[in-house]
Amino acid sequence: MSQEVILKPAATEQTHRVSELRRFFKVFFNRWVVVLGMFIILLFMIAAIFAPWVAPYDPDKIDLNNALLQPSKAHLLGTDSLGRDTLSRTIYGTRISLEIGFVVVILGSAAGMALGLIAGYFSGWIQAVVMRFIDTMMAFPMLILALLIASLLGGGINNIIMALSFTMIPAYARLMCGQVISVRENDYILAAHSMGASHFRIMLRHLLPNCFPPLIVMMTMMLGTTILAEAGLSFLGIGVQPPVATWGNMVNDGRTYLLTNPILSFAPGLAIMLVVYAFNMVGDGLRDALDPQLRGII
Amino acid sequence: MTAYILRRLILAIIVLLLVSMFVFLAMRLLPGDPVLMYMSSQSVQEVTEEQLELIRHQFGLDKSIPQQYIEWLGGIFRGDLGISILNKSPVVDEILRRLPITLHIGILAFIVATVVGIPAGVLCAIRRGSWLDNLVTTLSNIGITIPVFWLGILLIYAFALHLNWLPVMGYTSPFKDFWMSTKQLIMPVFCLAVGPLAGNARQARSSMLEVIGKDYIRTAWSKGLNERTIIIKHVLKNGILPVVTLSGMGVGGILGGAVLIEQVFNIPGMGRLAVTSVMNQDYPYVQAIALIMAASIVFSNLLVDISYGWLDPRVHYD
Repeated sequence: MSQEVILKPAATEQTHRVSELRRFFKVFFNRWVVVLGMFIILLFMIAAIFAPWVAPYDPDKIDLNNALLQPSKAHLLGTDSLGRDTLSRTIYGTRISLEIGFVVVILGSAAGMALGLIAGYFSGWIQAVVMRFIDTMMAFPMLILALLIASLLGGGINNIIMALSFTMIPAYARLMCGQVISVRENDYILAAHSMGASHFRIMLRHLLPNCFPPLIVMMTMMLGTTILAEAGLSFLGIGVQPPVATWGNMVNDGRTYLLTNPILSFAPGLAIMLVVYAFNMVGDGLRDALDPQLRGII
Repeated sequence: MTAYILRRLILAIIVLLLVSMFVFLAMRLLPGDPVLMYMSSQSVQEVTEEQLELIRHQFGLDKSIPQQYIEWLGGIFRGDLGISILNKSPVVDEILRRLPITLHIGILAFIVATVVGIPAGVLCAIRRGSWLDNLVTTLSNIGITIPVFWLGILLIYAFALHLNWLPVMGYTSPFKDFWMSTKQLIMPVFCLAVGPLAGNARQARSSMLEVIGKDYIRTAWSKGLNERTIIIKHVLKNGILPVVTLSGMGVGGILGGAVLIEQVFNIPGMGRLAVTSVMNQDYPYVQAIALIMAASIVFSNLLVDISYGWLDPRVHYD
């Protein structure tokens, strides 16, 4: 008997959580574009992880006898000026794009959230200083800032990751700061204060989880933005350096042969667009499922 | 109102000072001695230590960093943006040659994005769920995700290489040959406008929809006002604010996009100069361009802030 009494509230809480989850998935998968986005992301992730098995050829193998071939059964998307298989290079390019995308989102959001959390929590001069820093960074067009930092650090994948992460910090910090300022006013924060919780504990245990929904939406969308920015840098020849295949430098290389072999530029560009579109749609879906009120904010 | 504008102005100046500090320090953080970089064309080995000291003194590099910064900043106000490392000519000359070109494309793109994007979004909101709404929504979702440089290449392939309707690339001053200039600009301006245009349409649609659902709009309908009056006088007036913010923020997107688009269409503007300077490690140019672009964004944000009061008297200036 007594056992039942103890179990009952726990059980209702669980069913409540299950129905919450069910509602989330129902809203999330309600729109077909979101489902399509999930499918595209899954497809590209599989391609990236299993690239050595999925790609028909070695992406860097030069074969000058078979240069600039048109699409055929042997080379579905043809070959480039050095005889490298375009399909294989596009598949390997997925690795670079997704790797940079995910690492930059993790680094940039961690730094940005920490900054925003501190600024929003302490207000006063700390907030003023952080906000001016954000304003300063946001005064630069994203690509120019990335270009400036990348040019200081030099090429190479790690430097591109650093440059892009730094560029993304202000967007997260600003959103986080705004969130903290509104969540801070809740009674449970006051309660935590009165129970003697430390600043650190309040920020990490109480503020962070409650500020998270819009940030998860932003992180998803930023994956697309980052991939787009990286492709832009690669296209300009400032990103990851050849011979490593990236979508951006493939589009640029293909430009020379636009009249005869348009597929060289078309294929990697289409890959960029599909991935960025997919992350955007999934971000949209997440926002609708997590908190429809966020429409227009993110 | 005056106090509000003054405060925004002071804030903008502070941000501009911080921007200039950031750009200055970024260049000072460069690995290597700026003097050696300046002399890279000559053989460095032959120069004695005394000569190096002399050059350092000439360029003011023997002074403290804050002193150098203040002198650099003073130079900017006198129109001195430094000297190119590569061709030893004043940076400001080249910038003044290229700035009008980027402005020409940028302003046209901004106008297209605003004039097409906002009405498209408003129309979607009015005819919600119609085929037009679905079409514009899908197109604007694609518009904010398409890589502009790739779009440029697609357009060149279709309209220049195959249909032969437009010239492949290049730039002609409109004062020299207006018709040629316009033909050359159609594709780059379109590419540059696509992103902000799609953003404007999305924002206009969602903020109109939010207002359309409000009680006072229902009241307006039940009063028997006609649709035109309701849309223009009630919905648009109340929903325009977020759209203005976003279209102001589009300036940054256009300037960043110009870097890519000028590369694709071989336009000798500031964006292409930025890329070649980064490649050649000609940092005074990079510095000057970053500074000018940031300044124009700060300025356009200031305009957005000020226009708020004019568009919506409810905005409190505090």
